[in-house]
Amino acid sequence: MLMSYKFSDKSEKRFQLLQTQFPDKRSLILPCLYLVQTDEGMVSTESMEYIANRIGSPIELAHVYGVATFYTMYNKKQVGKFHIQICENISCYIMGNDNITNHLCKKFGIKKGETTPDKKFTVTGVQCLGACGYAPMMQINEKYYENLSLEEVDKIINSLE
Amino acid sequence: MPETKVLTKYRGEKDSHTISHYKSKGGYEAAKKALTSMTSDQIVDEVKKSGLRGRGGAGFPTGMKWSFIDKKSTKPKYLVCNADEGEPGTFKDRILLEELPHQMVEGMIIAAKAIDAHHAFIYIRGEYTLSIDRVQQAVDEAYAAGLLGKNILGSGYDLEMALYQGAGAYICGEETALINSLEGRRGHPRLKPPFPAVAGLYGCPTVVNNVETFSAVTHIIQNGSDWYAKMGTPKSTGTRLFSVSGPVKNPGVFEITLGTPLMTLINELCGGMRDGKKLRGIIPGGSSVPILTAKECETANMDFESMADHKTMLGSGAVIVLAEDTDIVETTFRLAEFYAHESCGQCTPCREGTHWVAGLLHKIKDGHGTQKDLDLILSLSVNMEGGTTICPLADACVGAVRPTILKYRSEFESRLIKENKHVA
Repeated sequence: MLMSYKFSDKSEKRFQLLQTQFPDKRSLILPCLYLVQTDEGMVSTESMEYIANRIGSPIELAHVYGVATFYTMYNKKQVGKFHIQICENISCYIMGNDNITNHLCKKFGIKKGETTPDKKFTVTGVQCLGACGYAPMMQINEKYYENLSLEEVDKIINSLE
Repeated sequence: MPETKVLTKYRGEKDSHTISHYKSKGGYEAAKKALTSMTSDQIVDEVKKSGLRGRGGAGFPTGMKWSFIDKKSTKPKYLVCNADEGEPGTFKDRILLEELPHQMVEGMIIAAKAIDAHHAFIYIRGEYTLSIDRVQQAVDEAYAAGLLGKNILGSGYDLEMALYQGAGAYICGEETALINSLEGRRGHPRLKPPFPAVAGLYGCPTVVNNVETFSAVTHIIQNGSDWYAKMGTPKSTGTRLFSVSGPVKNPGVFEITLGTPLMTLINELCGGMRDGKKLRGIIPGGSSVPILTAKECETANMDFESMADHKTMLGSGAVIVLAEDTDIVETTFRLAEFYAHESCGQCTPCREGTHWVAGLLHKIKDGHGTQKDLDLILSLSVNMEGGTTICPLADACVGAVRPTILKYRSEFESRLIKENKHVA
């Protein structure tokens, strides 16, 4: 992360639009954190300061930091190129999610929550993703993969570049 | 028994999410009717008469919620769609968002007119990326067709609509936490009163309704309250989407009239249990509601009253099926862990209680727990419920844990050790 982060052109355009959509500029904090994450893959303290400056008074770094640390979808540290999130809640558990988690951790030689040394894969256990009828499931970056078997998991992982 | 498809009638059809498909099926006629030939009071009355109750979880009468808005207030009024579906077991709104977003947008236009709101927001859970794309497309299409923006369909009514992406906090499904999140804050529920109808988003009168609720409103205005109220039971009118998960042959989302027997849903629509497994129990309304044993399932109907008679709730319409080989101690632990993870931390009984419950269940499931630990869960659960906290998350944790322990006690007790000689 460079100290001199600024929105990419695409994010800047989106920021301009967002400013017209909400009566109170404080509402921009969450969408701005997403813009940064899309640009950088994570949200650093420096980028949070940038957000606070762009939104302007009375929003301070503390407000942005408070929000960023409350919500789990903002990555406060770098994740791998492919962020594999496996649902661990009730329906996925009943349908055997643990086998997938164990399989992937073994395959990559990492523990849950860790990233492979080549920074390619991160495996995280997460709470319900709303795919309970199609369990077990995982989310890789933004995409859902449902009704999984171990063979399919391998096929999906091998197809990732 | 077939499904009664009202909201999901066009589900699965090609391009069902587009405005051209929607309009070809008579879409946006209800909004036109509401904007050009009905007063706001007439809309509220029609929805009241339909008996529609909120489809998010609490089941509060929708028309009554709208009538709490003081139309004389000089402040702006806001309309918010709660698309932050997050209750474990629930995935029915996802279908409506991904495949049929226009009927929700139309319902929001009608509701906005009913409460005199000129700004509407759709708060969608962050993980639902396809839903976000589809709803954004629907809103853009509606703007382009003159169904949003200034002077909609020449009616003189203005309505702006924008999306807001949540960021992975279950608690933001609670309406005051959602409002805080929409204001750019941490998702902390607010103390009520004041209720959102009085002081909600940006301190202004606000109505928050669920995706399915708005979608139903469209059909109520289109076909009339009498038509809607004829479906279901006198106190639980209409149809409802149920999302069924667990080891049944055919899990998924089904739309049925309220009052349908639970086992009809399981045996006929879901094809019964998978691999000839025996039913163990069913959580009928999302992870927060008390479980029903296999015997209780036989007499339970899917309506608000029958569920209350069985001391449980219809909640978010998530039916989680447990089979004979399901480890109930482990599933209960997973749910407790979920609530511990999702507690926002404002109130001590919840922040501490959920972690204690999860920790003790962890100990028991791993075979290190004693009778004292089990008793402790039951005794501390009493202090987590009944208004000791700002919002009902702690109550939800108790609802997911205590009835299960009481109904399947022997299962928990068989894991206990006589006395824990080690210092914990």
